[in-house]
Parts: sequence; structure tokens; C-alpha cells
Amino acid sequence: MVSTQYFIKRTAMAVVTFFVVISLTFAMIRLMPGGPLDYIQSQMAAAGQAPGEIAAEVERFSSINPQEPLWQQYLTYMANTLQGNLGESMWYNDPVAEILGNAMPWTIFVSIISMILIYLIGISMGAFMAYVEGSRFDVSWSTVSILLTSVPFYVIAVVLLWYLGYNLEWFPTSGHYGRGVEEGFNWEFISSVMHHGALPIASLTLAGFGATALAMRGNAIQILGEDYLRVARLRALSQRRIALRYVARNAVLPMYTSMMISLGSLFGSSIILEQIFQYPGVGYFMYRAISARDYPLMMGTFLFITAGVIIGVYIADLTYGYVDPRAGSGDREAF
Amino acid sequence: MKPSNDDDGGTDSTTGDATDERFDEWTRAETDGGSVSRDPSQSPFDIVSDVEQTRSERYRMVLDSMIVAPGKILWNDWRAKLGFLITFAFVLIGTVGVWYVDRSFADDGEILLRPFETWAHPLGTDSMGRDILSELVHATPAMLEMMFAGALFSMGMAVFWGVFSGYKGGSVDRFMMAVADIMMTIPGLPLVVVLAAILDPSSPWMIGIIVVVNAWAGFARALRSEVLKLRHESYVEASRTIGIAVPAILVKDILPNVMPLIVVNFVTTARNVIMMAVGLYFLGLLPNTGPNWGMMLQTAYGQGGVYRPDLFHWFYAPMVTIVILSLGLLLLGQGLDRIFNPRIRARHAKHTGGGDSDADGEDEESTSNEQYNRGGL
Repeated sequence: MVSTQYFIKRTAMAVVTFFVVISLTFAMIRLMPGGPLDYIQSQMAAAGQAPGEIAAEVERFSSINPQEPLWQQYLTYMANTLQGNLGESMWYNDPVAEILGNAMPWTIFVSIISMILIYLIGISMGAFMAYVEGSRFDVSWSTVSILLTSVPFYVIAVVLLWYLGYNLEWFPTSGHYGRGVEEGFNWEFISSVMHHGALPIASLTLAGFGATALAMRGNAIQILGEDYLRVARLRALSQRRIALRYVARNAVLPMYTSMMISLGSLFGSSIILEQIFQYPGVGYFMYRAISARDYPLMMGTFLFITAGVIIGVYIADLTYGYVDPRAGSGDREAF
Repeated sequence: MKPSNDDDGGTDSTTGDATDERFDEWTRAETDGGSVSRDPSQSPFDIVSDVEQTRSERYRMVLDSMIVAPGKILWNDWRAKLGFLITFAFVLIGTVGVWYVDRSFADDGEILLRPFETWAHPLGTDSMGRDILSELVHATPAMLEMMFAGALFSMGMAVFWGVFSGYKGGSVDRFMMAVADIMMTIPGLPLVVVLAAILDPSSPWMIGIIVVVNAWAGFARALRSEVLKLRHESYVEASRTIGIAVPAILVKDILPNVMPLIVVNFVTTARNVIMMAVGLYFLGLLPNTGPNWGMMLQTAYGQGGVYRPDLFHWFYAPMVTIVILSLGLLLLGQGLDRIFNPRIRARHAKHTGGGDSDADGEDEESTSNEQYNRGGL
């Protein structure tokens, strides 16, 4: 169970992490020679603006005023970021927070659906493989899982895009919903969104479920050999109870934290995925930002994605105690 | 594990006057037998074991348990064998192959020659007439360097961070794990992309390190939890009691026990490096330096490699190469896991049955079991 002390510790940790990430971003923007700030300044200077105007412009874009002392820049940056002011995109001329706010739901949609599918398919598959271990089903699906895991998701994405998108024309090849479809809670919109999201979700799921299935298979096999399972059988407990309460629960629980962490990596992989499918989520804008050297948007996206992951992991850690009563830590003596 | 119990019994009976002897490993064989000379003129340190073990014998034993036995196990498992062969083939291509295949330049052959048609260009040519096979081969060394640099960096960091903090415990541990947690939470790909955009790296070593810049943290945590189990083992406590320095304990008592994990993760990280680096090159997020599988993918993709059948061979050649290498590393990693994990191996042996039951096979098993359990009890 979650103790108050653990809750406070974990919350402090999340806050510290967030501060470290913001500081890291500041350092990357401000301190790298030839980095973002220098680049923006040289762009302005090349456009023939006076130094005073440049400073104001730079501040508008990056929330950093290069004429202030360093510590003050840092404080201003920190305060601005915490208020959600991530500067202004140089490419789109819109506030970064606004661009990302519009893009975020799409990335979350794709990531979460993929994650659910990956774990749903992976866990049931892995459990079944462990149950019939050594059979032809187990061997063939283990091989398929290994093969799928060794294919990078962008390869699967590209193949799906070509085959189902361009060749058979079953699925659209770009965008998040059809042109001219009215946004709102109506069937046309929802089906259009599903149709457009199918390929990105499919490629993440196909590339991801193999690893989960193999992990689940390994966990379940290990538990099938435990002594308490033999005791359970000797007690003549029903198959169903053994399968659900003894095997499934113990095999799935250790995967809970990895699930939340994998949500983070799914979020991250949106950079490649959304570029391939031209799916305007957060990753798509990050890619655009990097190609156009739009540093405010780039760093803003980085902060945005990181914040999402920090919150995800935080929730996972806090709830894990409820899910798995074995979790709990005592302090250890120091040598 | 029976013999070591006798061991303790033997030492206990003589502890009264022979505590000093526990410092010296080689005299312990004597104390076990109970034949310690009580002659005060003879220091326990001068006592020589009854069974003489020459240096070469000892080396042979180490060689047998560390290389020969795992090698045989690797060879008996088809997946591990395949993985090893694939990886080895790539290393050969990257080192020797580069000397045998000439570097290809634009207009070497006709434009967009189909694969498997002429011997001069077995895999065909790209839209500038460059030989695709040659491009693939000449990209290999940089790829191998990248893999090696990335895996070495993250393993080095993880081993230092995980083993040290796990053993030390207390506030050092808390601080080091807090840092690892922070590193772990920052999502990898965005950080890598941002770093790559700002640093603009060109050396394969640098790229290798950047693409797995925070991957070490997760593994450091896994290592630490392993070390936490080990730090209260009796042999570690014994070393601590007689005042052996922390670095020596870490290297001699702890590290050998977590070595399996490290080796397996080395291979896994190498695979991640390749997947990440090629993905980033494919998107054009890393600067173009020399021949490169990811760049080939990108150029072919940019010219419509996904839907133009005449470009397929150009686009799919590097893709297949990457999948094969990735598969090889994955299988190798799993095979290595099998070598070190007695539980998996024992189960495995039971299932394959028959074939492995010759005397040789049994020998291997006992050697590595001991290797894994050495002192672990």
C-alpha cells in the first residue's frame, strides 16, 4: 500500500525531475556554442535588425532575454515555462503551447490505443504460449514474435503504408481525419479518425506485441514451476482459479511498470511514426521543427513529451502499490 | 553446495588459533583437511597445498569454464548458433569484406539495374549507378563502430552506477538512484533527436553514444537490484569483515555474478543503437557522413521507393540488412541468456532430451552451473 511517506517522496521526485528537465532544456538552448540562441541571434542579425530589437525578438521566441545576466535568464525561463509559456514558433508564428495543445490529443490517442493493444495481444498470446509450452503453437509463435520484435517499427510502418495505403488504397496515407469531415461527436468523424489512425496504430502494435508476448511467456513459465503452484494443485483448486489468481496475477504484475514506461517510448517514437504517416501529432511537429531549425518549437515539444512521460510514470509508481501488494521498500543500512 | 558446508565445519574447528589463515585462500585447502602444522616456526602462509595446480592448469580451467563450455552450449542451441553466425558474418564484412569489395561511385554501372541480373552488380544499382552491394558493405564498419561505442558507453555507465550504488547503499545509493530515475524518465528518442540537432555529431562513435545517451539508467537500476541480493551473501560479508577494499569486493565478488546480465544487455543495447541510428538517418535527423544504411533508405524513400517498383531493390536491400543484423543480435542475446541462466538451460535440456545426454553435455552443465552459483549457495 502507498504510505504517506512514499507519496511525498515520489511527488518530490517527480517535481525534481521536472525541474532538472527544464534546466537541461535551458542549458541546451543557452549554453551550447553555436546552439539555438546563437542561431536565432544570427538569423535576426542577418535580417539587419538593431541589437535592441534582436533581444526583444529573441525573447519573444525563446522566453530568454540574452541581455540579462545568466541567473536572471534562467529564472525568467523557468517561470515562463511553468506558466505554460513555451515561446513562439519561428516557423508557424504561433505560440508553441497552442500548436502542441492541438497536436497532443492525437499522439495520446495513437499511443494509448497501441499500448492497450500491445499488452492485450501480448499477454493473452504469451499466457497461451506458456500454457502449451513446447507445442507447435508455442514454437511457431515464439519464432514469429522474435521475428516481429527484430523488425524496427518504422520498417513495418513503411511496408504497411506502401501495401495497404498506396497499393490497395484501403487506408489513407496522411492526416488524422478526412478533409471536409466536421469535427465533433458524430459517427462520420469517429470512423474517419479510426480509419486514419489504423495504420500508425497497427505498425506500433505489430512491432511491439512480440516482446510483450515473450516476456509474458517467460514470466508465466517461471511461475508454473513454482512450489506454491504445486501446492495449489494438490489442494485441488479449480483450474480457473489457478490460472487467474495464481499464474496470471503473478505474471502480469511485474509488467505493470514496464507498461507505463513503454507508454513513454511510444510517445517518443511518434517522431518517426507521425512523419512517415504525415499524422499531425506532437512528433510530426517536432520533426518539422528540427527540419526548419525552429528551436522554440523543438525544445517546447521536448518539454511537452517529457512532461507527459513524467506524469505517466508518476501515476504508475503511485498506483503500483495498490496493484501489487508485494511492492514496498525498507531502508537499507549503508556500508 | 555440500562441499562448502564441510568447508565451514573444517575452518570452525580450527578458528581458535588459525584465524590468520583465512586471509590466504591457498592455505585453506590445508585447514580443511585438518592437517595444519602447529609448528610455530612454520608460518601458515608457507604451507603449500597437497595438490599442486600449475599455472597452465589453472588457465586451462578458466578457459574451459569461461569459453569452451559456453561455446558448446551456444553451438547446441540453433537460435544462439544462428545469432552468433549472423553477428560474426557482419563483423567479417565490416573488417575483411571492405578490402574485397571496391568502393562504388556514381556512374559505376547503369542506372537502376535490377538485382540478381549481372555479376558486376549482384544487388543492382541505385539511381546514380552506384553498386548497392558495395554501398551496403562499406557502410558496415561505421555501423559496427556505432554499435560498439553505444553499447560500451551504456554498459560502462550502468555497471559503475548500478553496482556501486547497490553495494554502497545508504544516502549514496539514494542519490545515485535519484539521478538514474531522472535519466530514465526522460524519453529517449526526443532527447536523442534534440541532442543530435544541437550537437550535429559526425563521428560514428559520437553518434553511437548519443542514440543511447540515457539507456544506461534503466539497466543500472536492474543491476542494482541484482547487487542488493548479493551484498548480504556470506562470502561478500566475509570479504567485508576481513577489510578488503570496496573496489576489490566489487570487482572480485560482485561483478562475476552479474556478468551474465551485463553480457546479455551489451548485445541488446548494440541492437537498439542500430535500430535508433538507422531510424534517425532514415528521417534525415543525423548529418550525412559517408555511406550508410539509413541514408540509403532515406534517399530511396525520398525518390518514391515505397511505391515505385523499379526502386524496390534499392529501398529493401538496406532494410533487409538491418532486419537480419537485428535478428542476429536478438538471437545472440537470447542464446547468451541461456548460457548463463541455469534455470532456462535446465528446462531446455529436459525438453530437447536424448541428444544432449552424453557425458560431454553433462560436464558442460555442471561446469557452468558451478560458474553461476559460485559462492552464491
